Formats: sequence, C-alpha cells, structure tokens
Amino acid sequence: MTHSIDRLSCCFRRRENTGDSETTPLLRAPPQDPEIPLPAALHHVFPNNGPLSPSHKKVMDRYAGNKIRTTKYTFLSFLPKNLFQQLYRLANIYFVFLVAINWFPQMEVFHREITMLPLVIVTVASSLKDALEDFRRYKFDRIVNYRAASVYDWKQQDFVLKCWKDVRVGDFVKVVCNEVIPADILLLNTSDPNGVCHMETANLDGETNLKQRQVVRGFAASNCSFQPEHFGGTVVCEKPNKNLTHFKGYLAMPEKKKIGFGRESLLLRGCTMRNTDSAAGIVVYAGHETKAMLNNKGPRYKRSKLERKMNTDVLFCVGILFIMCLIGALGQYFWLGTFPSTPPFVPPDSSNVYIPPSLSGFYMFFTMIILLQVLIPISLYVSIELIKVGQIFFITNDVDLYDEETDSRVQCRALNITEDLGQIQYVFSDKTGTLTENKMVFRRCSIMGTEYCHKENALRLAALDEAESDEEDPAFPQKKVPSRLQFLKGKSAAALRRCNSARARIGVRGQAEVTLSPHSDVAFSSPLETDVAPDWRLQRITGDEAGQMEAWGRVSRIGGGACYMDFFLALAVCNTVVVSTAMHPRQRVTGPLNSSTLKSLGHIQTLLKRLGSLSHVIASLHSIPEKSGPTSPASPASPAGPPASVPAGDEVDRGGVTDSGSLNTSLEDSEADLPSSDDVPTETSANPNSDGLCYEAESPDEAALVHAARAYGYTLLGRTPDHVTVRLPQGSLLTFEVLGTLAFNSVRKRMSVVVRHPMTNEVIIYTKGADSAIMERLAKSAENQPEENKRKRIAAKTQRHLHLYAKDGLRTLCIAKKVMSLQAYTDWLAVRQEAESAIDNREELLMETASHLETNLTLLGATGIEDRLQEDVPATIASLRKAGIQVWVLTGDKQETAVNIAYSCRLLDQSDVVFTLSTASLDECNSFLDCTLEEVKRYGVQPPWQSSPRGLRGPTFGLVLEGHTLGLLFEAGLQLRLLELSRHCRSVLCCRVTPLQKSAVVKLVRDKLKVMTLSIGDGANDVSMIQAADVGVGISGQEGMQAVMASDFAISHFKHLKKLLLVHGHWCYSRLAGTVIYFFYKNVAYVNLLFWYQFFCGFSGTAMIDYWLLIFFNLLFTSVPPIVFGILDRDISAGTLLSLPELYKSGQNSEGYRHTTFWVALLDAFYQSLVCFFVPYLAYQGSDIDVYSFGTPMNTASLFTILLHLAIEIRTWTVVHWVVMVGSVLLYFIIALSYSALCINCNHPSNPYWIMENQMADPVFYLVCILTTVLALLPRYTFRVLQGTLALSPLVRARQLDMLSPQVRDSLIREWRNQESTSEAVPDQVLSSPTKPGSPTEPTVDRGLTLHKDGNEDTGNPFSPGHRRSISTMTI
Amino acid sequence: MKSQQAANRPDNTAFTQQRLPAWQPMLSAHFVIPGFLLIGMAFIGIGVALYITSQNIQVLEKDYTGTGQYTACSECADMQTIPCICNVTFSLTTLFTGPVFLYYGLSNYYQNYRKYQVSRDDVQLWGDVTKSPGDACAPYQYIDNKPIAPCGSIANSMFNDTFSLYQIINGTMKLVPLDGKGIAWWTDYNIKFRNPSAQGSLQDAFNGTMKPVNWSKPAYELNPSDMNDNGFLNQDFLVWMRTAALPDFQKLYRRITSGDYALGLPPGDYVLQIEYNYAVKDFGRKKVVFSNVTWMGGKNEFLGVAYIVVGSLCLVMSVVMLVVYAKYKFADENA
Repeated sequence: MTHSIDRLSCCFRRRENTGDSETTPLLRAPPQDPEIPLPAALHHVFPNNGPLSPSHKKVMDRYAGNKIRTTKYTFLSFLPKNLFQQLYRLANIYFVFLVAINWFPQMEVFHREITMLPLVIVTVASSLKDALEDFRRYKFDRIVNYRAASVYDWKQQDFVLKCWKDVRVGDFVKVVCNEVIPADILLLNTSDPNGVCHMETANLDGETNLKQRQVVRGFAASNCSFQPEHFGGTVVCEKPNKNLTHFKGYLAMPEKKKIGFGRESLLLRGCTMRNTDSAAGIVVYAGHETKAMLNNKGPRYKRSKLERKMNTDVLFCVGILFIMCLIGALGQYFWLGTFPSTPPFVPPDSSNVYIPPSLSGFYMFFTMIILLQVLIPISLYVSIELIKVGQIFFITNDVDLYDEETDSRVQCRALNITEDLGQIQYVFSDKTGTLTENKMVFRRCSIMGTEYCHKENALRLAALDEAESDEEDPAFPQKKVPSRLQFLKGKSAAALRRCNSARARIGVRGQAEVTLSPHSDVAFSSPLETDVAPDWRLQRITGDEAGQMEAWGRVSRIGGGACYMDFFLALAVCNTVVVSTAMHPRQRVTGPLNSSTLKSLGHIQTLLKRLGSLSHVIASLHSIPEKSGPTSPASPASPAGPPASVPAGDEVDRGGVTDSGSLNTSLEDSEADLPSSDDVPTETSANPNSDGLCYEAESPDEAALVHAARAYGYTLLGRTPDHVTVRLPQGSLLTFEVLGTLAFNSVRKRMSVVVRHPMTNEVIIYTKGADSAIMERLAKSAENQPEENKRKRIAAKTQRHLHLYAKDGLRTLCIAKKVMSLQAYTDWLAVRQEAESAIDNREELLMETASHLETNLTLLGATGIEDRLQEDVPATIASLRKAGIQVWVLTGDKQETAVNIAYSCRLLDQSDVVFTLSTASLDECNSFLDCTLEEVKRYGVQPPWQSSPRGLRGPTFGLVLEGHTLGLLFEAGLQLRLLELSRHCRSVLCCRVTPLQKSAVVKLVRDKLKVMTLSIGDGANDVSMIQAADVGVGISGQEGMQAVMASDFAISHFKHLKKLLLVHGHWCYSRLAGTVIYFFYKNVAYVNLLFWYQFFCGFSGTAMIDYWLLIFFNLLFTSVPPIVFGILDRDISAGTLLSLPELYKSGQNSEGYRHTTFWVALLDAFYQSLVCFFVPYLAYQGSDIDVYSFGTPMNTASLFTILLHLAIEIRTWTVVHWVVMVGSVLLYFIIALSYSALCINCNHPSNPYWIMENQMADPVFYLVCILTTVLALLPRYTFRVLQGTLALSPLVRARQLDMLSPQVRDSLIREWRNQESTSEAVPDQVLSSPTKPGSPTEPTVDRGLTLHKDGNEDTGNPFSPGHRRSISTMTI
Repeated sequence: MKSQQAANRPDNTAFTQQRLPAWQPMLSAHFVIPGFLLIGMAFIGIGVALYITSQNIQVLEKDYTGTGQYTACSECADMQTIPCICNVTFSLTTLFTGPVFLYYGLSNYYQNYRKYQVSRDDVQLWGDVTKSPGDACAPYQYIDNKPIAPCGSIANSMFNDTFSLYQIINGTMKLVPLDGKGIAWWTDYNIKFRNPSAQGSLQDAFNGTMKPVNWSKPAYELNPSDMNDNGFLNQDFLVWMRTAALPDFQKLYRRITSGDYALGLPPGDYVLQIEYNYAVKDFGRKKVVFSNVTWMGGKNEFLGVAYIVVGSLCLVMSVVMLVVYAKYKFADENA
C-alpha cells in the first residue's frame, strides 16, 4: 500500500514538472504576484472588501455585472433591429421584392399601397408579437434584477440589502434559508458547523433532491470565523462556462497558500437555499456569466419532415410562377406583334412614346409576378403556425396523456414538429426509467455466498401491484401534496413557456410561497420503495448477530457472523443519501400537542424565517434556535438546549431524530451526540417507517438499499460530510467518522465511503458497485489457504447469484469492504489532497487515486434490485411494432438484465432467433456479421417495416449488441454492415452503451437509412440521444429534468407514447398534410383564373377581379376553414386508431403528402381553374359584359369550388366546421355586397360600385356559379367516392369501421386482427428448416459470440411447442 | 369544482378531447347515387329550359367593317372621306319581336388591356374637372397644360359611329325611332358619373378644359338633340366607359321601344344608315347586332347545352356508381 502511494506521489511530481507553471500543484507553487499580468485563461476574482487596486479593478470591470437583460431589443433599437430581423426572413424578402417592382409604373398592377399590404400586415403582426414577448421578458428581468440580496459593503463593514443587479463579481453575499441565490457564489461560510449547506436545483434542472454544498475545505479549516473584511485571498477559477457539473479553481491566500475547490463549493444562481440558515460566499460569476444563464438557451427550432418536403414544393411553385410569367412576357411580345399598327387600345406611355414589344414583354414578366404572387403560398407558413398551435393545444389537453400521480400533462416543447409524430419509423428507447419505472425495489440479496430470496417481499409487491390505485400509505398519512403541486405547476408552466430558464421558475415560485413548505419534496419515497418486508431467515441471523453487539470488538474480523452486520452497515453507510426529518414527524411525534398549536408554532417559525430572509439582523438572532435544526441532528457541536422562546417549534423540528425509543440504551461513549437533553415526548414504534426519516438519494438504487438496510434494523439516521449515524437493530447508535467519499461515476462504476469505526478505530472502506468493477478488485491472496478457498468459493457463489439476478432482470450491485490501517490511509490521503487541489488533470488524478484505494476488497455480498416495468409497456411496444415502428432499446445496463427486460416487455419474443454480438475482437465481429447476414438472407426476410406478402414470413430475428463491440464496429467502419443486419432484425437491443454511443446509433440509423427517428428517455444519459433524433421525447420521471429539458415532447409514462404517436401523431400528420396540399391547391386554383384571363386581355396583366376582393379572398374568405380543418379534422376515431395500429403506416409512408399528391392537387387545381374560368367565359362570350362583372361570377364560383373542395376533404363535420364554412360564404357575400354598395369612386380602376348587386340580380349569375362549381368538383368528388366505395386503403376501411355501431365495430376489428395474426402465424408452418446447430454452413462462433436460437431450434418438428425458451450457445 | 390535487388536469370536455358530435359523411357509392341522380335530373331540366329560351331569341348581325368578304361599307373602310355615310340593308321575313335592342359589336378590340383600362379618372368623371386629371390618364392628360375632360385613353378612343334605321315602305324610308335613354347602367348615370356643376350652361362648366384628342366635338356637345345627354352623362359615353371584359364584345347602342315598332320590327326591308367614323380594320372588325332579350340576356346556347351535358354526366355517373356499388357489394359478400 505504502509502496503504491509512493509511486503515485512520484507520478504527481513528474506531472508537476512537465506541467504548465500556472497549474502546478499548489503546495509548492510559487506565490502568485498580483502585479504580474494575469493569464487570460483563468478567471480571477478579487474580493470586494476594500478599495481595489487599479489593476485589479481593471480585471474586475471586465466581468459581467449581475444585471440581466434577456430582452432582444431596447426601446430605441426595437424598430430598426426588429425590421432588419424581419427582412431577414425569406418570405418577407419576397414581399419586399414585390413591393419594389410594383413601384415601377411600367410594371405596376395594383396600387402600391395594396401590394404593400401583405408585407405591412405580416411585419406589423410579428413586430407586435416580438414587442409583447420582449416586454414580458423586460418585466421579468426587472423583477429579477430588483430582487434583494444581502451584500457585504466594506464601507459600512456589514451586509446590506442590495438589488440583484448591483451585485458584482467579488462581492460577498449572504444567502439565508429559502432564498434564491443571486449569482454563482463560491461558498466560504455557512451557519452549519460542518460547513455544508443544501441547495435545491429544481429551478435549474428540475431535480428535486437536495444537493449538498460544502465550504471550500481548506479555507474552512484555516478561518474559523468568517469575516469578509479579513478575507485576503484571490479566487482563481475557470472562465465562465455552461457546464453545470464541472467547476474547479483555487483560492490564492495571502499567506501564499492555495486551496483547491470544486463544484461542491459552488452555489449556482437560481437555485434555492434549503435546510441551512445562512451561507455566505464570494461571487465568482454574475449575471449572464453565471452557469444558469449560460445554460439558458432559447427555444428549440426544428423543421419537420413534412415542412422540408413542403419547402421543395414551394420551389416547384416558384418554377411554375416563373413559367407563367415567362408565358405572360412572351405572350405580350407576340401579341403586340400581331398588330400592323398600334391599335387605339394600346396607349403610349406617359411621355407619348410607344414602348417596343420586347421591352413591354420584359416589363410584363415582372407585372405577372406581382399579379400571380399568391402562387407562392406565403400564407401557408402563417397558417401552419396557427394550426400547430391548435394541434398542440389538443395534445396537451388530452386527458389520456395526463398523469394523476404527478399532476402533469404531456408537454410540447418544440412547437413545430407535431406532424413528425405521425411519421416515426424507429423508436430508440432507454430502458431504465423509460420502460421501467425506475422505482427501485429491493428484491434479493446474497450475503457471503448465501442467497436470501425475500419471498415475503415479493408477495408484498404482488399485492401492491393489485392495489396499485390505492397507494395511500398509513405511515405517511399526509404527504406534502400542496407544496408539491405548487412546484409542479411552476414546472410545467415554465416548460410550456419553452424556456428552460431558471429565472422562469423563480418567478413562478415566490419566496413566500416556498417558505410555507420549507421542504418541498422528497424523491424516491413511494411506499413501494420504502417498505421492504425482511426475509425471515435473514432477519433471524441478523438478530442473532446483533445480540453479539457487546462483543463488537471481537467480531470485526471477517468470517464471523458480523459479515451480515457489515453488509447492512455498508448498505446504510456507503451512499450519499441525505437524511431529512423536517416534514413528516410533526403530528406523529408531538402527539400530546394538538394540531392547532402546532400550526401556529410552525407559523411563527416560518414568519421568523421570512423575516430572516429580509433582514440579516433578525436572521442572526433566529439562527440560534435553528442551529441544531434538521440538517445537523448528529452534530457533535450542537448546543445544549434551545432558548425558551420557541421550545415547541424546536421540538417539532427535531422530533424525527429524537424519537428513537432507545435513547437510554444509546451508547453514551459513542461519538453520537444526539440532543438527548430535550425531554421530548418520545414514542416507540414498531414500524421503522414511523420514525419519519426521509431519505433523499441521488439515485433510486441508493434509496432502495438504504430502505432495505432499515428493514433489517440498520437505520441511517443522519449524514453530514464528516459523520454518519446508523441505528443498529437493538437501538444503539453508531456514528462513523467519514474520512472520505469516492463518488460514483459511470466510468468507475462504483463508489466508496471511507469511515473510521467508532469502536475499533479501524479505517474501513465500504465499496459498492457493478460486479465487473468490484470482482476484479477483490483481494487475491489471503493469509492462509482455507481462508483463500473460502473467499474464492464465496466469490464464485456470489457470481452465480449475480448471474441469476441479472437473468431475472434485477439490477445487481456488489458490496465489498476493506479494512486498512490509519497510517496507510493518511499516506493515501496526502496524495489525494494533492490531486484535489490540482487544476489540470484533476479528474484523471482523482480517478487514479481512487482506484488505488479500492483494491484488495473483501466481498460481502450482492444485492438484486428490481426495476419494475412500467404499466402497459409490453402492450405499447407490441402496438408500436404493429404500427410498423422498429423499437430499439439502448441501455447502459448489463446484457443479462437488458435481455431479460427485453423479454419481459416483449421486445424480444420467445420464438425469436436472437443473435448476440459481444466480443472484443474485430475479426470476430467481421465473421459474425458475415455469417449472420448470410443466414438472415437465406430466409429472404424483408425488412420488417415493408409489408411482406401475406403468409411468407420467415422467423423473426433479434439482435443484442454490447456497447464495447458497438464501439469497435464504429471504429472499424462496419456501421453499414451492422445496419444491414439490423434491418433484418425485428428488434435490436444495445446494452452497456454510453450516452455518446446512444446518440451515435441514433444518428447512424437516421442518416444512413433516411428514416424518421424518435428517442425516448428519462435521464441525463439520454440527452444526447434525444437531441440526435428527429423527435426527442423525455419522460418526466424520477431522474430529474435534463431529458425533459432536451426533449421536444415530455410525457410521464412510456405507455403514453402509444396514444401520442398512433393517435395524435396520425391526426397531426394527416391534418397538416391535408392542409398543406389544400393550400397549394387553393392558391394555384385561384391564381390561375387571373392567368387564363391574360390570354384574353393581351397579356397585359389585367385582373378581372377587384383587388380588394382578391386580397380578401385569401385573407378572409378561404383562410379559416383550412385552418380549422388542420386543427380539428379527424379521419379516424382515436379508438380505432389505437385498436388498429397498422393504420399508422400510412403516415410512415408519407401517404398523406407525397410528390404525387402534390402534383395531383396541382393538376386538379389547373382543371378547376380552367372550369372556373371558361364556363363563365363561354357563358358571357360575345355579350356586353364589363370586366369586373365578368370577374364576379368567377370569383364567386371559385369561392364555392374552393370551399366545397375542402368540404369533400373534411371527414368530420362538427359545429365548428359548419359555422366556419357557412360563415366564410356569408362573409364573402356580406363584404362583397357592402363593398360594392359603398365604394363609388374608390379603388381605381375597378370601381366596383353596384357590380355585385347587379350580378346578383341576374339569374345567369347563379346559373353560371352552380354549373361551374358542380363541373369543377365532379372529378374529385367521383374519385373520392370511388375511393370510399372500393376501400382499397386501410384508412378508408378504418373509416368505414368508424361509422358502424360500437359492437359491430369491435367484432370487425377483432376479425381484422385475426386476419393479421393468422398471416403472421403462417411462418411457423412454411418455415423451411432453420440451420441446424453445428452444420457446415454454420457461422464460426467464438467465445463471447453466441448465437441464441430460441424456440425454433427444434427443426425436426416445426409444430413443436417452441414456446419454452431455451438458449443454445454454440461454441466452435 | 376542480380539486387541488388535479389542478393541471385537462378539462374533460367534448371539445378538448376532440369528441365533439360530428357528422362523418362516408363518400361511398350508395351514399352519392341519389345525389347524382337528383343533380343530373335538375341540370337537364334547367338545361332544356335554357336551351329553349336561347333558341327563341332572334339575332341579326351585320358586319360593316368594309373589308374582306363583307362588302357593306367597303366604300368607307379606307377612311378617305370623313364623315363617310354608308348603308346596310336587310329584310325581315317574320316579325322581329320587340323590344329590339341595337348593339354595335367590336371584335379583337381589347378594352381590357390593362394600360388602356386604367387610363381614366373616376374623380373627374364624378364631376370634378377643376382638379388636375390623374396620372393614369397620361398621355391623354393635358393639352397645352389644360386638362383634358374626359381624360384618358378610354374616353379618347370612344366609339363614334352613329346609326339610324329606316324601314322601306313602298320605296319611302320610314325612320324607326331609336331610344337612347337608359341604355347605360342606372347607377352609372345617376351616381357614378356627374357633370361638373357650374353657374350657367354645361359649356361653362367645362370651361378651361380641352376635348380629347380624337374627339371632333367637346364633351358638352355630344348629343346636340338632347341637352341632358351631354357631358359625362352622355349615354353612349357611359356605355363606352364600362370597359368590356373580352376582346369580342357588343355594346348597347339603342333600343327600339316606341311608336309603331314597340312590338318589334315587322317584316319588310330595312336600311341601316351608318356614319362611319371609327377605324378598326387594322386590328379587328365591327358589326351591328339586332337582338331581342329574355330574362337570361342575349342569345347564348352554351349555358343550356352545358347544363344538359353536365346533367347527363351526373346521370351516367350515378349508373357507374350503381355498377361499382353492386360489384363492391358482391365482392364484399363473397369475402
């Protein structure tokens, strides 16, 4: 040990020498001379506790102040900046172009003002929207900027109240309990004697558990009493960055000492101080440089697949426009050429000069652009925005997607990709927390090679399953529901606002609100997890063992029964669980007091707290009774007793800790110093839950283990950075001194806690972690042979149990311990401290030192924790799969666990042929791919999403990939082969993959297969995957909010994915596709009327329809119905969509909107416009009709045609549809009539006076309109009727089903189902014999490369009941 | 009342849950056959009525361009003498039922040409000649810095052939009275157009303005026979100013409503005396048209035929649908 530490120190020294002088380990570093120009790479903060030297001031002035401005504009810059930004949009450039060319008299069609109208409307509308948004931001900024913070003023030598905006980097700031932290502060002092404070980061990342923060360690030791005026150091840390989980730097003290610190000492802006009276520190980053603000990105903007396609079609429209304009220009040229002399109706220009035909043609080109401008459907973009708002309204309002438990709806965070939900082809799912509940339940354990299967617990869980709905736990009669609600309301409100900002939350949760419930929520504390029914066998053993407590010193050696004790102690100690007692015990403990006094007392205290947040003076007074408060129950330095003023309140707060019914038996000589002097009415309870302890764990596994330990009487009572108190089964308290904690991370896959045993004074290291991480670190040699054998036997047995657990789908952890001498530990500690204060390579060094400690472990046992499947997961996966969606599961769990979960959620079927690829050798990968591809191809299986001819399906394949193999494949560039293989597989399961690999897989599939992908996950490790996919879905579950923050949609359960995709996705897609197609059609159909007229007006750009009516036509008369259609139309009812997931395939294949659909719509538009033009033309040919009287029936017929066209497409007529349709027609007539009645001389040259009235008095007008409309719609109507009659597409069949009565429908659906399933069942019979194991064509399989064949292996009898899953592993 | 526990719960209403009662028409054969039948029958009925009405309309057209195969007015076509008078004779064997409308028709004449069509000033025509004419009138805006009234191309190119009709009874020519009142839109005459108001005569009102270049007489002397038919309120002017929608158009010239001809033109020989002023031979043709009108306007067989065709199409469609429906039903039962 000593040797290895020496070597380690050597390493360090070598690194020092080669390293950059700035980052040398600090113990021997030359003192920092402040006069030397400071390196720019670091962030220097000089304390603001006295006048600053000019050079320091210069440095400090560079840093951002704490004033935030999230507005985009200022009052003055709004107009120019906003206009500029608007002109940046392509659509607006188009408008400006039109306005510009309309300004030339040669090309002018409309009045200049009229052409400007769309531009003005669009610009003003968006400006208003921007201005409003900005004003809201401004108001919000004001609130935040003027919030009060107590800042140290060196002139007054005290903390004074200042606005947040006046806080500067270098200021000393004091934050009291429940106050929001105004800036990123380096923690220098807390009211807690242990130098810790807690903060809640829910504002930042939504995580509900408290984070412990620590005073800069070395600093706390050197300065016992913190006085800002005496602080002489300089803070040196990294430049502001957005990495929330990373922060490092050092304090350069005047005595030429450097004290390192990390993120555990940084208080983040926007977080709330909890469970700590007050804390003070120096501001290191302020305002926009704080981590919270740097993380505050704007809303996400994605383009949906449909919109991308739409944009290409818009380009087609541009092409069509170009051609039409060209025809106009050439037409003008040739038309002018047909006259031998200038006819009287071709006037010269204003200077009495006749323009040559070529120039006239050239001008005509632009005139035509102005005239036909509507062909480019700019209105489409605006309409789509509106439609999506409506669609999102309905998605978020779906009761089926609402979760009672968390009171949360589905959140749509990305506003413009709703229709992508209807086109998903691949779903990538995380396992933990997504497929499973991430409610960890302790199921089994193995101690010293003996397995305890906890049958009673299993029974309890089964019972809980049945009574799922009734989750009321008698032990927690009153959960803090209101406060939780408060919290969630704020959360979703903020999320809806689409800014994941901390400040948004701050606004929602006022400080006063929060103080009423000082402790908002405790994670992972459902009865499912907290109750563990102990195994009676194990309980007896532990009971016996506990009886030997007196002989503690003797049983410390390994091998005795104390192993059990060690095991449970390890469970209780080796974690980072924070114990809190602040909320529950009030009623229970202080039974004698009636509740009303309690309330008032609690009220007094909250009042005090509130006052405290305002005034430093009161806070300091009131901190006296609070000192021994909830967070420091076991603090050795707790004062003797509370002052008389608020005794009851104090009792209340401490009740949870002091209720231990065995105070008298507590070991007086232990270091535990509970406030036993209080004569609190105590209550002995048999139920361990009733002691009101709440465990706040960072991961649910930890909580499950602590609860399990408690079930056996090893109750974790309190944790401070330095001490852990555990109550032993017989009631005695044991307080360990914590010497160090080696935190868990995904690379090490283990964590350790180093404690000093209070009685033996031995240094004990408790380690828990993944089996792979622990097993290889076990002690290799023992003193004697039998011991050695025993160890080996235990290890082997445990390994077997682990395997068993994993096969059952349990999460496994190994528990180990190690005893070392104090000396060895101190040696190690010295190295460790060096590593801690290093700035460069700190992470590596810490890892290295940690692994030096975690060697030669002694295995204690293993645990199996169940991560229960979420409700309806198998059904959801089955539905998704029927919908043609490929489901891949990407998980970090080990292969066995993952495979078992995959089976239990039916991702893998019993009859599937499963290929497992798990090897470290590239050659093996290669040969595996070759062989499996060959085999798979032999069955001629089509990629599963393509509908194969009925009854010709071969076996289905599953693929299991190991993370490191995956990495190997990626490195070797074999991705495409892998992809090819995966296309033949029905399901793919990747286990032990890192977050980066997850996103790489998603990107690979998305880019190479050109498919729509969806990622769903709940944890921070899924963020990259969620962002990589076309649609990211976050599950707002147990693991905080990072996934939700990164997602486009957030749901609360995996099962909601089914309705979200199958129903809402389908609807949104079919609605939007219909609307987009309709918009294209509408614009072309209408504008072509003008185009056809050009052939009869000498290609001169005349419009036969009044300009205002032209504009209103698009703006008013035909705009609302398609929007309503896009929001409300429902082709198939939700029930049918859910019971026939196959219908989803239409969206996947983009059946609603293809290029053919587009062109057919355009053809139809051309046809209809021809009818709308030529029927009136022929009817009025040769008559004395004038230009605008001629246009009126065309306009009217066109309106009817266009609206009725939509009516044919509308599949569900609700009241809204009727109102809008009839309203549009009425609006047209009202406006047209009143306009032509009122406008006598206006609107040159159309002068529509009395034209409409005149026409409407003429029967021919109606005859023409009716004939035109009927003739125009006849083809489409006939087509739709034939489609509806022949019912070739499943969508139409489903619609027909919808029309039937529910009973008939259900039976028909069942019939449909049966048809499908029989066609699926056929392969069993037609299956050609699968390869026999060991046949010559068999792939060469090596160790670790297994070919699992399930069910179908019995080739001799294809009808054999192959449902018993058996695994044959071939090794050649 | 919403419980505190479910504050965020969406409202379970038919609207928010998209369960509004709805009519879901299923466009399938049996659903539409009655509709097709009904529409088909109705259309054929309307079509037949329209066709018969159209057939009953009598039309007499006389081209008098004076070029090509028509020889009428060929002596005037070269526009050597102005005014040139020519005659078009025709005879009627049956009564031409009244009221008979006399139209002049121009073909290949693009009154809807954009620059032509906009070349007017509506405010001026509303009676405001003191204001300077709008730029749209350019280049027929000013002459010698005096505003042209009425300004613009349309007015400038006003049709100025005049017609008078005689019946030849026993070798003598009997003038058929032509009624020029009320041939323009009532609203045009009474509301949209106004003569400039001034003390004294209409001529005083037009004082300070110039006549259009092509006009031989100023606006206030357009109809010397009727003082009220002058200026901007001249009926022929009003008719001309209502620009035609298509390049081949007719414009109402006179009606035959009074005297012996109130019931129509009796059989016999007629002479139409034309004062040939308007040159069109470079680009088109001109004609006179006698027509009687019905409720559906002038003669147009298209509407009737189209209705019959579309109606028959609908009937055919309904038969097709019936066949499809039968087949579909059959197949359905088989399955």
